[in-house]
Amino acid sequence: MQLDWWKDIYTALKAADVRQVGYVPDAGHSALIEACLADDDMRTVVLTTEEEGISLLAGAWLGGQRGALLMQSSGVGNCINMMSLAATCQFPVPIFVTMRGLWREFNPWQKVMGQATNAHLTMAGFSTLTATMPEHVGALAGETLDTAYDGGQMSALLLHQCLVPVKTFGK
Amino acid sequence: MTTQLRSTAYPLNRRDVAARLVQSDPGLLVIAGLGSTAWDITAAGDRDLNFPLWGAMGGAITMGLGLALAQPDRRVLVITGDGETLMGMGSFATVALQAPGNLSICTFDNEHYGETGMQVTHTSSATDLAGVAAACGIAVTGTVHTEAELETALPVILAAPGPVYHVIKVKAEKLDFVLPPKDGVHLKDRFRKALLG
Ligand SMILES: Cc1ncc(C[n+]2csc(CCOP(=O)(O)OP(=O)(O)O)c2C)c(N)n1
Repeated sequence: MQLDWWKDIYTALKAADVRQVGYVPDAGHSALIEACLADDDMRTVVLTTEEEGISLLAGAWLGGQRGALLMQSSGVGNCINMMSLAATCQFPVPIFVTMRGLWREFNPWQKVMGQATNAHLTMAGFSTLTATMPEHVGALAGETLDTAYDGGQMSALLLHQCLVPVKTFGK
Repeated sequence: MTTQLRSTAYPLNRRDVAARLVQSDPGLLVIAGLGSTAWDITAAGDRDLNFPLWGAMGGAITMGLGLALAQPDRRVLVITGDGETLMGMGSFATVALQAPGNLSICTFDNEHYGETGMQVTHTSSATDLAGVAAACGIAVTGTVHTEAELETALPVILAAPGPVYHVIKVKAEKLDFVLPPKDGVHLKDRFRKALLG
């Protein structure tokens, strides 16, 4: 399996001049997080809960900077009310979501939120795209950032679980 | 009941404190949490560089963080309530790790959820928010009860290298509504225009 699609997200973040990257880690985002941390032109902000990222990006935009968020699908659930800030004020908020609970999921506790993530995002006012093929990730990442920063919208790219190795907890 | 009595006797008036903070510098970038603190900064004079929240409870401090990181040469002041602060307490850890030198945060602590009917909050007898912030790694923290303490704290809040956090114990009282514009797109656009041109 080709596992360097994260580089295409990084390239898209750079092309869009993203300066603040907020995240709560997910294994699927670990290489991208490392790349952002190593980039002197990016402020990489580890959050205690994903909802902090929504208001972080709103503040960044007030100050004239672009941001993006990286989170796992369960983190979307932590954000719902805070997303109303972005929707009401039309703050651009692009989110890259590594999906759990969709495909060969070992942990049943991930299923409820993972299977409802797209619906929650849509109800909160996001437009969503889903990547299932590694070779599509770059273009879809660019589209997600354009939707946010050219269109002033909230947009999410769901990175399907088939893009990452199956997590088996040593079993 | 005694806890309710305690904060109704606090000497500091929230509108007065807000005016002294916000009117100190026309270039100050101000974010206010939902409810009373949004009315407080508006009572001090509505200005384009105010961003009063009407929702997003728990988000004021991290909104200030994003703004402070984007505008490192400008002082950013977050003024919010104790209830709003309690909802986003993890933000202290997030701010402390980033350590923006230009960010100041004040909680106007009336020990109640004023906006929703004056129910007591955790700060009324259990929780010390300045202690929470300090334990999260915010270097400069303090709690202000009196006019004399306020006078010492004001220059720290407005100019000391941050991140700076102060709890300002204010009298629990129901004051008039002084409402800012509520169109969020307008609030955002006027702020950006005033700041970025
Ligand atoms: C997520 C969420 N929960 C509850 C509320 C209801 N609510 C609005 S203002 C408020 C209290 C705010 O209290 P505090 O920050 O202490 O401000 P005060 O009015 O006392 O200054 C609450 C609970 C809300 N708006 N959003």
